[in-house]
Amino acid sequence: MPVLVPTTLDEAVSAMAADPDAMVLAGGTDTMVEVNAGHRRPSCVVVVNRVSEMRSWTYDPVAATVRIGAAVTYAELLEPPLATLLPALAEASRTVGSPQIRHAGTLGGNLGTCSPAGDGLPVLSALDAVVPLASTAGERSMSVHDFMVGVKRTAREPGELITAVTVPVLSGWQGYAKVGVRNAMVIALATACVAVDTASASVRLAIGSVGPTILRCAQAEAFAASAVDFAASSASADAVRRFAELAAAASHPIDDHRASAAYRRHAIGVLASRLLRRAFPNE
Amino acid sequence: MSAVVDERTSVGRLGDSITRPDGTAKVQGSFAFSSDLSAENSLWGATLRSPHPYARIVSIDVTPAYRISGVEIIVTAADVPGKATYGLITQDQPVFASEFVRHVGEPVAAVAADHPETCRRALGAIVVTYEVLEPLTDPERAIDGSHPPIHPDGNVIRHQRIVAGDVDATGEVVVEGEYEIGMQDQAFLGLEAALALPDPGGAGVELHVATQWLHEDRKQIAACLGLAEDKVRLALGGVGGAFGAREDISLQVHACLLALRTGRPVRIQYSREESFLGHVHRHPARIWMRHHATADGHIVKIEARMVFDGGAYASTSSAVLINGITHTQGPYKCANAVVDGYAVRTNNLPCGAMRGFGVVQACFAHEGQMDKLAVACGLDPIEIRLLNAIETGDRLITGQVIENVAPVARCIRDTAALALPDEPVGGHDGDPMRLPGGAGRTADARHIRRGIGFAVAMKNLMYSEGFDDYSTARCRLANGVVTLKFATSEVGQGFVTIAGQIARSVLGVDDVVLDPIDTGVGSAGSTSASRQTWMSGGAVNAACQKVLGLLFAHVAATNGVEAWSLRIDGSDVVDASGAFRLSVVEATSAISFDETVEYRHKPTEDLDENGQGDCHTAFAFVAHRAVVDVDPELGLVKVIQVATAQDVGRALNPLSVLGQIEGGIAQGLGLAVMEEIIMTDGRIRNPSFTDYLLPTFLDMPNVVATLIEEPDPIAPLGAKGVGEPPTISSTPAIVAAIRDAIGKPLDRVPVRPSDIIGLV
Repeated sequence: MPVLVPTTLDEAVSAMAADPDAMVLAGGTDTMVEVNAGHRRPSCVVVVNRVSEMRSWTYDPVAATVRIGAAVTYAELLEPPLATLLPALAEASRTVGSPQIRHAGTLGGNLGTCSPAGDGLPVLSALDAVVPLASTAGERSMSVHDFMVGVKRTAREPGELITAVTVPVLSGWQGYAKVGVRNAMVIALATACVAVDTASASVRLAIGSVGPTILRCAQAEAFAASAVDFAASSASADAVRRFAELAAAASHPIDDHRASAAYRRHAIGVLASRLLRRAFPNE
Repeated sequence: MSAVVDERTSVGRLGDSITRPDGTAKVQGSFAFSSDLSAENSLWGATLRSPHPYARIVSIDVTPAYRISGVEIIVTAADVPGKATYGLITQDQPVFASEFVRHVGEPVAAVAADHPETCRRALGAIVVTYEVLEPLTDPERAIDGSHPPIHPDGNVIRHQRIVAGDVDATGEVVVEGEYEIGMQDQAFLGLEAALALPDPGGAGVELHVATQWLHEDRKQIAACLGLAEDKVRLALGGVGGAFGAREDISLQVHACLLALRTGRPVRIQYSREESFLGHVHRHPARIWMRHHATADGHIVKIEARMVFDGGAYASTSSAVLINGITHTQGPYKCANAVVDGYAVRTNNLPCGAMRGFGVVQACFAHEGQMDKLAVACGLDPIEIRLLNAIETGDRLITGQVIENVAPVARCIRDTAALALPDEPVGGHDGDPMRLPGGAGRTADARHIRRGIGFAVAMKNLMYSEGFDDYSTARCRLANGVVTLKFATSEVGQGFVTIAGQIARSVLGVDDVVLDPIDTGVGSAGSTSASRQTWMSGGAVNAACQKVLGLLFAHVAATNGVEAWSLRIDGSDVVDASGAFRLSVVEATSAISFDETVEYRHKPTEDLDENGQGDCHTAFAFVAHRAVVDVDPELGLVKVIQVATAQDVGRALNPLSVLGQIEGGIAQGLGLAVMEEIIMTDGRIRNPSFTDYLLPTFLDMPNVVATLIEEPDPIAPLGAKGVGEPPTISSTPAIVAAIRDAIGKPLDRVPVRPSDIIGLV
């Protein structure tokens, strides 16, 4: 089984063209678990965490976006100034595994795996991130909402490589919360990200681990935009309660050995209300 | 190749908090665990396991697997040359399933091949045809006889009653409860691993293995291989944790058989998933209890029914059951009792030894009862426990009188006296990591309620019910250096530290060499039941004392002093007058002494049909107080502090005792709030560390501990076993604290978020 370790994007794209079904290794914190468990038997592995273009991030103040290379690790997302630009992503990154895992795992890997429990994904969804994909045919970009198709399914075509993720920098409070039955290093039972954009007077809510992929809660968002006072940073207790109800109603959780659907739905309501209160602390 | 500790231990006498001789190697990663062992020309072994909880084996076709290049041999039940079954108490568990498989993961065949990947392919190529049968998974159906026997030995492994005093006695206050304990896994980090080396011509075999009891393994392996015991030699491979899961045979016979059949060394190493299937677990249990008490809170009578699910094979279930029912009363006075206990066979995963051994289950129930009794009598949880605290000389419900030091009231008072945490909810610095939910930032301080809970435990030490429990040690003294030889499994508990401390204290030497731990000396018994400091410590002490006697006789004869007047002072032999002084090094410069001793505790008895008899050897006691912060809306918990006062007899190494206390509390916390093997219809749902959750550092509370040192005259060094008690009452203390925080009853562990919220 060949293991290719390209150091430039061109080499990486060529490697993918040579074996379009090659397994991309971008940290391996999820993939290697699957390989070790015998669930995956790759014919070829392309390791991307030495591709220099994918290892860095850039901030464009004019466009107000951050382009994060796909092989940037969670540990790097925790450090300022990146953590200051995208605080919810930093909070999500802190919930990933242990320090060792955060130094290996990458945001691109999180997208590529596309688990409904992917810790970084609700943030990318709430912020309307864009995913650039590269192949020998060139680069295309798509909204993260179109990219995430289902349980561990994405719109990435064979031979394509996730090179980065472009994340808008919003003007407003943003935060993330994750429920697990341990105080760290735990798979999510329910996650939520609230992001406020004062420029557009909008409130975004994305939820994870409660559907086949990350869900945006359109009704809750529309309600919040009309119910909160952006200038006064306030929301009434009734508004918070209604926001929570709409969030819970937007979830589509399942029963499994980790938690019941009823618990997950309940937890989404609690997280939504607490995050909205953090965003709008005044009653 | 040997992984055993074979270096000079650091200097330290009894009572000193010296560090482990193998500690540096373990921290630096150079310690050889059993999975690190290798040999020239070795093969890999792997095990084919049943996918069904209960099925008849129609046929096994191994021929397709032999077509795979690199496959050397495949063995099944037909290839076992000796006894077809093994087991610690009754030999009811097949080396390989032949007619039936009785649990998911039961071994059906084993393969030896040139590479683990070849093994994997070979296992996939073996064709086993099963006739799937309806599994027995409900323990009550094993008792009521509504399911046909799943094993020739029947579905009830043991039924035992205890009837004590006046069975018609009643109390003015009656409290009742039903309690459930989930299946906990020992979850040691060092997975099962062994290296088997065949003797030339297949005359015998040498096995390097991580185990808790080398000689018992050898006995069972030799029987299954059809070899004399002296043809099977065992050496301890480096052990990465045990907690009871290495008391039963797992891969031992398979590895030896593959090595003997191929004439080549064979390594086997389990994966994490395989480990969950390949060793016994803590018995899940259902316990009903009814306490009668006087209006002022004195216990009058206890009624109980306990059902332990032993899974498919007996393992130590009958002993676990006895521990459970004989600890129904906990560390409290009780004259009258009616207890009914069952250990049953089902098609669930086999259960056996785990730290606490039946007492964990009983304690969760009796401590839940004590809190109910406190409420019913209008007393606080500490008062009710002090009121009923057992003492030396009290008679247990088995009729046995406690001869040990029994400082139960002191355990309770000293625990209650430890300072409560001064930090407010969320800590002084507002760090979200201090709140329930931790890194997930799910809560703010205003969402949290704090609770305090209290629990006390009694735990028997050593083996019970007439077992001939002994340990062997050999001591050699020459040139001022002591060399100790014992077969005591070092599983992390620190006997390698204590052994050197004993020898230095008794013989006045600085240098102690520990010989490799193997079957080259008599049995040390099992590293379990909190017994090795008492038993192997007793044996090392006795061997050293015998050598000391020889040393004094020699010094007396060669120096014209009286042997009776001699004693050790530091590193010297001195006489009573103080006029004579000779260093141990000089005294032994041209002579050596060599003594081997078997140490036994006093014999115990079987229980009679009414559960009466002096079945236990000794008891230790402990109290725990837990402070927890709970998020009632999300059902998440953070344990803030656990305070404990433990009856240790004498702390031979206080640092080592504290290590046992902290580790035991971590394991007790795990059972309280997260650790559970989830079974559905006989199938395990969470055989990985993604889904079987162990506490992390962020879950671990601050531990404040008081060691109660009242040396026990029954114990050879005054020291009681300290390994199990920390695990036992920490669990109910934490659950009591959660109940206190949310004001709801909780009757099962682990407590799940949905239990706290009250969601169905």
